[in-house]
Amino acid sequence: MAEIKKKATRESYGEALTELAEQYPNLVVLDADLAAATKTGIFKKAYPERFFDCGIAEENMMGVAAGLAAAGMLPFASTFAMFAAGRAYEIVRNSIGYPHLNVKIGATHAGISVGEDGATHQCNEDIALMRTIPGMTVIVPSDDIEAKAAVKAALDHDGPVYMRFGRLAAPILNDPATYKFELGKGITLRDGKDITIVATGLMVGEAAAAAEQLAAEGIDARVLNIHTIKPLDEELIVKAAQETGRIVTVEEHSIIGGLGSAVCDCVSAKCPVPVTKIGVNDEFGHSGPAVDLLKEFGLSAENIVATVKKVLGK
Amino acid sequence: MDETIKKSLQKTACQVRMGVLTGTFHAKSGHPGGSLSIADLLTYLYCAKMHVDPKHPDMPDRDRLVLSKGHTAPALYAILAERGFFDKKELESLRHIGAMLQGHPCIHTPGVDMSSGSLGQGISAACGMALAGKVKSASYHVYTILGDGEIEEGQVWEAAMFAAHYGLDNLTAIVDNNGLQIDGKITEVCSPEPIDEKFRAFGWHVIVVNDAHDFDQIEAAFNEAETITGKPVAIIQKSVKGKGVSFMENQVGWHGSAPNAEQYEQAMNELKAALAELEA
Repeated sequence: MAEIKKKATRESYGEALTELAEQYPNLVVLDADLAAATKTGIFKKAYPERFFDCGIAEENMMGVAAGLAAAGMLPFASTFAMFAAGRAYEIVRNSIGYPHLNVKIGATHAGISVGEDGATHQCNEDIALMRTIPGMTVIVPSDDIEAKAAVKAALDHDGPVYMRFGRLAAPILNDPATYKFELGKGITLRDGKDITIVATGLMVGEAAAAAEQLAAEGIDARVLNIHTIKPLDEELIVKAAQETGRIVTVEEHSIIGGLGSAVCDCVSAKCPVPVTKIGVNDEFGHSGPAVDLLKEFGLSAENIVATVKKVLGK
Repeated sequence: MDETIKKSLQKTACQVRMGVLTGTFHAKSGHPGGSLSIADLLTYLYCAKMHVDPKHPDMPDRDRLVLSKGHTAPALYAILAERGFFDKKELESLRHIGAMLQGHPCIHTPGVDMSSGSLGQGISAACGMALAGKVKSASYHVYTILGDGEIEEGQVWEAAMFAAHYGLDNLTAIVDNNGLQIDGKITEVCSPEPIDEKFRAFGWHVIVVNDAHDFDQIEAAFNEAETITGKPVAIIQKSVKGKGVSFMENQVGWHGSAPNAEQYEQAMNELKAALAELEA
């Protein structure tokens, strides 16, 4: 079996911006002194006249993005998720969300897989924060192919979009020849009747791997890739709830307010079934290599397998 | 300034002040003090300075104004109504359920260029609009009005740094220096003074207007601002909070409370008398 290639979705983000720049002449990119890390530096190198560094001032950057959009530009504002969704939350809400301006937020270094930088930079709350803003679209791509398609979809969508990218190289699981990204539509990666594993971002690969292991043990798990947390593909989730009766959600995010909560909101109203959430529990992270942290916090195929078996009483 | 034009502006400013009182009286809430202190400034901008068209509020090459001190929306609404962006009757439903005129400016209201009101944010949006003008080589100018208390927000200084760094000479920020904020005098709450030196240190050209209610001084400031290239301009205007209504002037209590029926009548009578004098 050929080795699976890996690439961080932040890298895909920087490349996609650059590839799409010609096609979207109003596209401009803002960053807050992190262009080398968010990978908007790739765009900066190719289109220096369309790149604006705002310095270490994320609140102003979000406001500038709002003003650019109000004047007809198509701005992408980039920084780490902690600062985009956390520090600048109120500016995103009031200056971008409330006027429903066409600003795209490219937030990188999301989740526990930031690794060694530790708790201050490991943003496990951004999905929760962003999905509370009316009219905000929230996308969490799982790999390179999906990330690039998502950037294009965000450009074509009229309204604010929050995009969550990772620092860690993620396995490229999708086939560029057949992959199709549709905003707000989940993807059934694997059909199954015993239980449904709903995953997003970096956890999609882990969920798929877990389903393979479970199959070997006679458990037929359905796997859904929910790349768009908001608007949520409620139809797909309700169908899964009806047909499999149990759901396990997996996300590299707090279990409070993220994908798991969104799924609970949906099924509790439309088809109540037991939902078990895998994610970062109500605690801060700490320093360490990303791969080790993911294991420690239960964000692994191994823990998904164990959790599914526990839920099914096997 | 030509005396006829000046008199016309003074009359309009008087109408704007009446609009502020009408709006806040009917809303039974709102911020009359800081609205009255910028009545002359807004009148000058919308009647003598800015390239705007009430029939085409979204025209791409219009000048833009972001009311960063968004709580003084009653003054913005009053001047927009005076200019015909919408009917003056709208002022009577300010802050009511289902009304067009929200407590703080909303971008979807004709003539309002940006939602604002959470302090410190408007100036950043104004920077973005000015930057877009530079990118597109557009001819429009962007104005933003800040409160002197508002500039205690850190975001204002992030924006100030940004505007100077990118040489946004198509941006003019006006600081309404009425000296009062909710908790008292700005110098006693957590002083942002000296305001002129701060903007100068951030790379802005600074103009101080000693009387924000004198159209000659306002015009002189904007004429000077127009000559500045390569950097943004900050106009620090010394104003009187509650200007034009005797019992509201320099009273911090009128920052965020509406007149009752009796107070409304007295205020309107004062303004009507002032208007009659101008028309005599």
